[in-house]
Amino acid sequence: MTLNWIIDNAARIGELTAWHAALSVVPTVLGLLVAIPLGWWASRSPRIYPLVIGTSGLLYTIPSIALFVLLPKVLGTRILDPLNVVVALTLYSIALLVRVIADGLASVPHDTVQAATAMGYRPWQRLLHVELPVAVPAIGGGLRVAVVSNVSIVTMAALLGIPQLGSLFTQGFSLRLTLPIVVGIVLCLVLSVVLDVLVHAATRALTPWQQKAETA
Amino acid sequence: MSILDWFLDPAQWAGADSIPVQVGYHLLYSGTALLVALAIAVPLGVYIGYTGRGELLVAGAANALRALPTFGLLVLVVMLVAPLVGSRLAFVGPTIVVLVLLAVPPILSGTVAGIQGADPGAVGAARATGYTRPQILWHVQVPCALPLFLSGIRNATLQIVSTATVAAYVSLKGLGRYIIDGRASSDYTQMAAGAVLVAVVALVLELAFLGLGRAVVSPGLTRNPLPTCRRTRTVRPDLVPPSTPRKAAS
Repeated sequence: MTLNWIIDNAARIGELTAWHAALSVVPTVLGLLVAIPLGWWASRSPRIYPLVIGTSGLLYTIPSIALFVLLPKVLGTRILDPLNVVVALTLYSIALLVRVIADGLASVPHDTVQAATAMGYRPWQRLLHVELPVAVPAIGGGLRVAVVSNVSIVTMAALLGIPQLGSLFTQGFSLRLTLPIVVGIVLCLVLSVVLDVLVHAATRALTPWQQKAETA
Repeated sequence: MSILDWFLDPAQWAGADSIPVQVGYHLLYSGTALLVALAIAVPLGVYIGYTGRGELLVAGAANALRALPTFGLLVLVVMLVAPLVGSRLAFVGPTIVVLVLLAVPPILSGTVAGIQGADPGAVGAARATGYTRPQILWHVQVPCALPLFLSGIRNATLQIVSTATVAAYVSLKGLGRYIIDGRASSDYTQMAAGAVLVAVVALVLELAFLGLGRAVVSPGLTRNPLPTCRRTRTVRPDLVPPSTPRKAAS
């Protein structure tokens, strides 16, 4: 019976997994794109830093289910619109990453920055070619946390009926079947491990000098 | 009916299902789970931080928990356990167990990280002054651990409060009722009002913890600068999560 249920529902499970992956990855990428300039700004201004970190801390406090419910009011979307989930998770990703990026950029050695300036790098070139690459390991660490958390938070959207792996939990509960729930949990864990490994691999690929230092 | 009208409706403020009653239930479940989690995690965390045994276990639990979908875990545990209990507590018991399970790792890692993160200089100075090991633990390491310990409890509390909201799905009382019942009857106003209430409760608790942190943490610890070379900056240890915060239901 176990295998039959999975085979019978393979297409739907695949579809839910694809939605789940998209709803987890897209907000992480969007969050990173917003958090980089914001974190850079915060790392350069002692006045902006506490403001940005404080605000993102409070934002992170708001339970995801509350945000999913309230965003339609703000965005003018329908309650079932996946856009609500994307926006909510993007906000959480920004909140998490902005601090990591600000601290990562602030911890780039002073000498490195000065050397780049002396070589004639303009501030934005220096950011793009020197400071960000040096901060990649720290940012990668934050990104791993963000993407794994997102995989877990997306399931909450099942309470509102937005399809993703969490839908297997509500389905299992209403049918009084444990199998869909277990399948959903396992697939969520697999998805977070896969995404975690991907981000980790990308971080290593972007910092070839780190491997050299390790093997030397 | 607007959300404001909903809040101004006297019917929401009196009776068995009124706002104060649901807030009360929410805080009752959350408080119970937090106390049980503290009773488990604090002694264990002090032991691990003090002896250094089982550190990998703590890191592993924190990471695994971040990936675990709390909503799925909740539904699964309630479905497996509820038929065995078969009383009024059929749903409450398993839910509290899940809430405790979710709250233990952040408190544990906060306690361990705090005790181990105590400035080695301060520990060495205490030893040189003639402090015994237990004295170092209670008079140096524990006070130094307070900021990380408190942020561990704060993370745990937010985790509990938000998961308790989701627990309305498995028929628990509390603020999640408004969201779940509103969804079932397509009453968006009720859902939004519930969401506002949950967000307010979470924010009030967060601010209370920040205030508590300021009150009990030694001022000597709050001037701990980050390893930044370009400029010195005041860091708020009360905002520094132990390792990284987990956000599931929260």
